[in-house]
Amino acid sequence: MGNEEEYLYTKEHEWVCLDDNIAIIGIAEYAQNALGDITYIELPQGGDEVEQFGPLASLESVKAASDIFSPLSGKVIEVNGELESKPELMNKFCYEKGWVAKIEPSDLNEKGNLMTFEEYEKFLEGLDT
Amino acid sequence: MELIFEKSREGRRGYHIPKTDILVKVNMKAPYIRKADCPWPEVSELDVVRHFTQLSRLNYSVDTNFYPLGSCTMKYNPKFTEVAAGMEGFANLHPLLPQLDSTLVQGALEVLYQMDRILSEITGMDDFTMQPLAGAHGELTGTMLMAAYHRKKGNKKKFIIIPDSAHGTNPASAAIAGYEIVTVATDKSGVVDLEEMKSKITDECAGVMLTCPNTLGIFNSDIDKVAECVHKVDGLVYYDGANLNALMGRARPGDLGFDIVHVNLHKTFATPHGGGGPGSGPVGVKKQLSKFLPISRVIKKQDGFYALNYDYPDSIGYIAAFYGNFSVILKAYAYILMLGAEGLKEAADQAVLNANYVMECLKDDYDLAFPRRCMHECVFSASRQEKKGVHAIDIAKFLIDEGMHPPTVYFPLIVKEAIMIEPTETESKKDIDDFIEVMKKAAKAAQENPESFKSLPKTTSITRPDEVKAAKDIKTNYFAKS
Amino acid sequence: MSWFIANTDKDVKEMLKIIGAKTIDDLFSDIKPRHEIKSFDLEEGRSEFEVIEHIRQIAKNNASDLVSFLGAGLYDHYVPAAVSSLMSRGEFYTAYTPYQPECSQGTLQSLFEFQSMICALTDMDIANASLYDGGTALYEAMMMAIRVTGRKKIVMDGGVSPIYRKIIKTYTSNLDIEFQETPVVHGQSDRKQIEKVIDKQTAAIILQNPNFFGAVDDHSDVVEKAHSQGVLVIESVYPISLGVLKTPGEMGADIVTGEGQSLGLSLNFGGPYLGFMATKKKYVRKMPGRIVGQTQDLNGKRCFVNTLQAREQHIRREKATSNICTNVALCAIQSAVYMSLLGRQGLKELAQLNLDKAEFARQELEKIKGVEVKRSSPTFNEFTVCLPKDAQEVIDAMVVKGFAAGFPLARYYPNMEKYLLIAITEKRTRQEICDYVKALEDVLWN
Repeated sequence: MGNEEEYLYTKEHEWVCLDDNIAIIGIAEYAQNALGDITYIELPQGGDEVEQFGPLASLESVKAASDIFSPLSGKVIEVNGELESKPELMNKFCYEKGWVAKIEPSDLNEKGNLMTFEEYEKFLEGLDT
Repeated sequence: MELIFEKSREGRRGYHIPKTDILVKVNMKAPYIRKADCPWPEVSELDVVRHFTQLSRLNYSVDTNFYPLGSCTMKYNPKFTEVAAGMEGFANLHPLLPQLDSTLVQGALEVLYQMDRILSEITGMDDFTMQPLAGAHGELTGTMLMAAYHRKKGNKKKFIIIPDSAHGTNPASAAIAGYEIVTVATDKSGVVDLEEMKSKITDECAGVMLTCPNTLGIFNSDIDKVAECVHKVDGLVYYDGANLNALMGRARPGDLGFDIVHVNLHKTFATPHGGGGPGSGPVGVKKQLSKFLPISRVIKKQDGFYALNYDYPDSIGYIAAFYGNFSVILKAYAYILMLGAEGLKEAADQAVLNANYVMECLKDDYDLAFPRRCMHECVFSASRQEKKGVHAIDIAKFLIDEGMHPPTVYFPLIVKEAIMIEPTETESKKDIDDFIEVMKKAAKAAQENPESFKSLPKTTSITRPDEVKAAKDIKTNYFAKS
Repeated sequence: MSWFIANTDKDVKEMLKIIGAKTIDDLFSDIKPRHEIKSFDLEEGRSEFEVIEHIRQIAKNNASDLVSFLGAGLYDHYVPAAVSSLMSRGEFYTAYTPYQPECSQGTLQSLFEFQSMICALTDMDIANASLYDGGTALYEAMMMAIRVTGRKKIVMDGGVSPIYRKIIKTYTSNLDIEFQETPVVHGQSDRKQIEKVIDKQTAAIILQNPNFFGAVDDHSDVVEKAHSQGVLVIESVYPISLGVLKTPGEMGADIVTGEGQSLGLSLNFGGPYLGFMATKKKYVRKMPGRIVGQTQDLNGKRCFVNTLQAREQHIRREKATSNICTNVALCAIQSAVYMSLLGRQGLKELAQLNLDKAEFARQELEKIKGVEVKRSSPTFNEFTVCLPKDAQEVIDAMVVKGFAAGFPLARYYPNMEKYLLIAITEKRTRQEICDYVKALEDVLWN
């Protein structure tokens, strides 16, 4: 973890970092910026099965509520419990300490549905116009 | 300001209970008794009067300030309606009295019956229920009526279409009635995109919910065509009455093709908003839906007597315990009686005139969301100001310092940095001119001194609150142990 | 110009000129001829005096002067004059939802105090800033329990107001929810049946205390059983009774709702009333309705805001915890004034007085031949009696004598045509109670 240029991205602004067959998931800079100060996260539980692009967690800020969708299908093996008391970590360090969950992916072919960093950058440019 | 609890002193009394005039004394025993006394404050009557009077003075209100809160129709609330509602014959009337004998409440039933007739005439519908307790409650009733209609006909319906400019209550209400939501975008002219709408109307469409004029303050000239498309698949067209104030005496939802309407008595018919309620959201329907209306319904018998009728086998049932927010209904009745047909039409006329005047006078200072004639409200965007770092919320705070309640900001959601202004008919040109001047001043300051907005407001009892802290360190109860 | 219009003819002309329209009609050009109004057949306007007189005449056709022994969820308590005096302040009643906290601290702080007093009354952690009324609040509580547990079965105690039960049935007719009702035995909740029907699919059990028949219960054991299956307990309460009765918090209830009309509101023929809801802190994000929270301003000064708004419809739309927008803020503030006037001691004394007077009435009624007063469980200020005659006939005869004699239970329970539900508040004097008893004896035996 740590180099967002090597992550894969979704159109809903989640990132996933694949490391030894474990997928670490978080929200991208664009999402944290759009939400503003995040005040609350509802995390999944270890063992939960999630589907690609299906709901994984939900976030609240003062003026918005938003779901986090899982970039890949799989089983949740760990969640970042620190976020419950410090949701601001997702604002401050969204690519590192602000990670949300780790899952064991069930189908790595699904990677094909995700964007590389460069593709995501281009996607963002398209959003701004 | 201190909390009432901080003013509490042991042994102080604000009200004395009548002395007992009987000898019986019950000693309720464990396990049925509460352990500790309820820690309500111990304060004198003067403490209470002074406390709440001082608190009231921290509010802006229609009685004290210009209040152009878009979509909320903050018109003047005439005082005589309070006198009507406070009359002994109404205020002390128990809602279950008609269960004893309906002859005991002929006056109250007459008011409900007359309002049913009056609202039917104003909206062009056939029958009304006065029961819904607020606008959103009316929406829920309306979507449940849709569901009952389709169930009776054996229609397989799945979703309700709602424009992206709609109030959040529309999708929330439709979801509770068991429907999925399909959203349709607004086109470049500021009305629902008819082509997209057509493409989304399938046999599974239960109906459409529309606000008319819509939340951008625009009357959709194709509204009847929209209704036609929906009717083709046996869908129903719902009228969100939030903006009825613009149409009174000019057009009626019933004539435009709507099947179900709700009316916000606290907007259109001048009953007070009460700092967030009570409201009242009566629902009207076309004949083919009447049998589904909630029970009870007030009927007038041939001998002129009013009665409650529960005998409607197709009714959706009870949506409220009784007959609606009766005293709110009574105030609206008094208001309508006073204005009459001409007065109501003039209210709509003047509301539209005032809004167009505001739009015209401010269009050089703020970007219009949709540059065209508006109805009772107009929507600007602070996008020009935003480029300087001044947001709609900052302009709102500027207005507060000028003694004016801000317009609605950040709604409708489809307009970036939205500023939604509804002056209503009860404001005069003079007061509107003052408002326009302040808005121009704000626009100028945004260009010249954008930094100055961050510390606003300065004249109120508090500066900007830390809303993030409120949501994170949740404290909603004085007595909670932290 | 008609009523409440402030623009003069001259103003209108000037404004039209600036707008660039010739007439007001021009402003309505988007309304095409085919849209135009087909009818607008209303009466002509009237003066204030005429309207008031007209309404005064209508009011005369209401029998609001009967001496009332009618309750069934709505109670005729005295409201101190300071309440209506304070509520007539336009700063409260002509404001709207406190969207701008800096110029709405009056409403916000009052609502914070309201929430705190509801928590104190019920022994719960967090209350919201009001829902429409007791019935819709109970429905909202049920939906909340379904969200919290992810389960879809509801157990409803037979002591819950039949009116509330009808409302809940109506609202859930389009949703996939399973209901089971458990009976009332000897006035109280049927423990055996409850134990039998609650299971791991049950979201909540809905209880009421005192129940519709006036019986008081201690639901602590029901709560324990429910929790052992992961079932939430919803308790609907009568606020004044909590001056003496065990609180739902002490029993361990998870969600508490109630009709707040008895906290300083008039009967108003059915509304506006005051729905309240309180819960445990851990469930706050699943709670419907507005919530006022304490925070601080830029200078560190204590202040109040609408908080946790991400639950609400204006942000979450179809995924919101409820569709509610307008609530009954003014009624909540009104009750906060009432609760402040009553205070710690006043509430206790008021509840005791209601309890005593009702017991006095019970004892007097028992002296009438053929009148059976139900005594299988304790009661608060309302109780059930079985008459030797049809209750509706008795009620009719009592109206002639100037009394609203009580609620005929046969309205909701077809096999109870001889049963009458009688409520006594502090407003009923010894004399009135004795006159009532005498009148009833007259009606029954003369």
